[in-house]
Amino acid sequence: MPADFNWAIGGEAGDGIDSTGKIFAQALSRAGRHVFTSKDFASRIRGGYTAYKVRTAVDPVQSVVDRLDVLIALTPRTIEENLDELHEGSVIIYDGERTTMENVEIPEGMIGLDVPLKRLAEEAGGAIMRNVVALGAACEVSDFPIENLDSALEKRFGSKGQSLVDNNKEAARAGRDYVAAEYDHEFEYELETTDADYVLLNGDEAIGMGAIAAGCKFYAGYPITPATDVMEYLTGRIERFGGHVVQAEDELSAINIALGAARAGARSMTATSGPGIDLMAETFGLVATSETPLVIVDVMRSGPSTGMPTKQEQGDLNMMLYGGHGEIPRFVLGPTTISECFWKTVEAFNLAEKYQTPVYIAADLAMAVTEQTFPPEAFDMDEVEIDRGKVVDEESIEEWQNEKGQFKPHALTEDGVSPRAFPGTDGGVHMSTGLEHDELGRRTEDTEMRVEQVDKRTRKVETAREEEDLSPREFGDEDSENLVISWGSNEGAMTEAIRFLEEEGIDVRFLSVPYLFPRPDLTEAVEAAENVVVVECNATGQFADVVEHDTLSRVDRVNKYDGVRFKADELAGEIKAALQEADQ
Amino acid sequence: MSSDVRFTDFKSDKQPTWCPGCGDFGTMNGMMKALAETGNDPDNTFIVAGIGCSGKIGTYMRSYALHGVHGRALPVGTGVKLANPDLEVMVAGGDGDGYSIGAGHFVHAVRRNVDMTYVVMDNRIYGLTKGQASPTSRSDFETSTTPEGPQQPPVNPLALALASGATFIAQSFSTDAQRHAEIVQEAIEHDGFGFVNVFSPCVTFNDVDTYDYFRDNLVDVAEEGHDPTDYDAAKDKILDASKEYQGVIWQSEKSIPYGEKHGLDTNTSEIDDGAPEGAMDLVREFY
Repeated sequence: MPADFNWAIGGEAGDGIDSTGKIFAQALSRAGRHVFTSKDFASRIRGGYTAYKVRTAVDPVQSVVDRLDVLIALTPRTIEENLDELHEGSVIIYDGERTTMENVEIPEGMIGLDVPLKRLAEEAGGAIMRNVVALGAACEVSDFPIENLDSALEKRFGSKGQSLVDNNKEAARAGRDYVAAEYDHEFEYELETTDADYVLLNGDEAIGMGAIAAGCKFYAGYPITPATDVMEYLTGRIERFGGHVVQAEDELSAINIALGAARAGARSMTATSGPGIDLMAETFGLVATSETPLVIVDVMRSGPSTGMPTKQEQGDLNMMLYGGHGEIPRFVLGPTTISECFWKTVEAFNLAEKYQTPVYIAADLAMAVTEQTFPPEAFDMDEVEIDRGKVVDEESIEEWQNEKGQFKPHALTEDGVSPRAFPGTDGGVHMSTGLEHDELGRRTEDTEMRVEQVDKRTRKVETAREEEDLSPREFGDEDSENLVISWGSNEGAMTEAIRFLEEEGIDVRFLSVPYLFPRPDLTEAVEAAENVVVVECNATGQFADVVEHDTLSRVDRVNKYDGVRFKADELAGEIKAALQEADQ
Repeated sequence: MSSDVRFTDFKSDKQPTWCPGCGDFGTMNGMMKALAETGNDPDNTFIVAGIGCSGKIGTYMRSYALHGVHGRALPVGTGVKLANPDLEVMVAGGDGDGYSIGAGHFVHAVRRNVDMTYVVMDNRIYGLTKGQASPTSRSDFETSTTPEGPQQPPVNPLALALASGATFIAQSFSTDAQRHAEIVQEAIEHDGFGFVNVFSPCVTFNDVDTYDYFRDNLVDVAEEGHDPTDYDAAKDKILDASKEYQGVIWQSEKSIPYGEKHGLDTNTSEIDDGAPEGAMDLVREFY
């Protein structure tokens, strides 16, 4: 029996695929199993192929693999789409009484379970529950006690009344009993349960939760896939903590509203995807020049232009590193896991206020819209620290006033960071502007002051390099001559790929880089390695370019830009091929 | 907040670089007077401005201020006010800033009805870029980029505001100092989004919409006995293209400002030292 179990439900958008998948994922998580989910979805509301995949094991799972053990196929296309991942012995659950499914051919070697999903659902109280019937059938196949499904059904339907919950429980049992009675088959799976408590969430939710934990009181955004979950998460929750969400008329407005709130002293954030970042670029410069702390989340998707809105890519790195006219000090943080989405968001607020700069959070679709289990301690709120930087009050303000008693919001300092007076502070009156300015914030074209202000802003980056720990996360064999470097959501697939590679006798040292600017100096690691491979989800190798620039060494690249995240086994194969090529 | 604030307290020590005779001097003086009259002082006032001649106002006034990018002053003001309702927020812009590049924001700021004041210095021309047509330029107004005139009807800002659901619409003339200040004061005192379009003539590039033109054509709605809470009467005035009006033209008696509707009444600049109390509940939701 394999250590992990891979399960999927697929059909047309609008078939309830997402909520059904989530119910099963939650049931597994509540039964003390680790879960990792992924979604195939199209940019449309109804119709079109969509699937929700769940990988589960007792040990932590951090990626998807190229294998499906059980597939609930609501349409014939579901089987076609997943043919590559099905294997001998895979179980396909389908409703042969449905006109579209009656002539379905089950590929050779696979087990087709024809279960009258709709009929059983109707008997239990309504055809709409046919997906839950299928879940019951899947429980039987995987030897997963159906009681574990009950609490997930209660969570999903509890607010709609006990009878609905009961009907769903009955529907699930009907599916289980049907398979048990009709199919005299020994399935090889046994999903054992444990006493562990896990939480199951996606990266967008972790970012929203991190924002609230960090004391964010203001969010302005405009809906865009795949960042909308951040806004939906915050709506209705941030209010409980004294915050507010504004749905702006466009991204230009969103970032300016967020900027206004930040100037008023609130911890403030906006989130969008690449097209929105394009629109925000103008104000990004204003945020930096007016030295306003602001957190901007870019949940990357396939570009350019509208690209593939529901598909994975890490193509916006260059824009986040270099976007905006002129030269702009900034931070670009790249969380590498869903739990890091939480912690990097907390850190982003601290860095934004400590250095009075815009901070990008470079998230990506693969991490943002798919869920993973964690022990709740992974989000221990007691560990959250707040650093508001150089905020001055009525008492300390004099130190930062000139001889006329005027406050200097852009005072030239050694570390590049000036004092900050929240509006309403007596004696702190000042203006700020996107124009080049003097220490008082007033427009200047004085050549000396221009250079001093540019240098001051640039010094923030130098200060951060000295004061902040920008280390990469390290995995694998630290003495290996094979070095793999990646950023963003590739970490999960890569940490699992290490195990696949080990089985083939290949050792690697793996550095996952969460600080994209300022970033760690990788020169030593690169020079110590014989082979260096940079892994990322884009075509040109934007981070590989950066590594080459920083280390003055050539690196190999593994790139994926078909819209799908790396799978652990696939990535292992790519790394192996890259290393072999390098050796030739 | 001190009670003995004078309007000159809102004056910065920076000399304006507006052209001598520019309407913006009067517009700004009226804003400062209105702020002082309504009991505000520089420490609790936040001025937001965009780009252009009007955008310079934040430099010449003394208060907390942000001089932002072209057309985006209203969203900034929105964020400031919602994050700290204790602040008096005034947004200033020009006709290009507000009705061209920022037209979308104008419509939505009006709809949102945040309790702030928006003063548009309308000179019906782009001044700082040296004389191109603006959205309020007459259709036959010849400029460097429209030698035969824009050949499009001008935007009617008041009608745009009314159609967007404005709760306060007023118009004033910068050189009629006392009336202008009174009108801005009423906008500040309005519970909700107070919109004032100010005729603020450009003496350098606009030889049509001049001081003389406005003096000859301006009608004060107050003198006509206009009732600003009468929607139909307001609509008639706003759509009457034969005259230029000043005064409070429309004021809804049912205005509920955004902040009040959403229960936003606290300054959010203060936050806890660590995660807020009860934050662990957020994690438990994911069980």
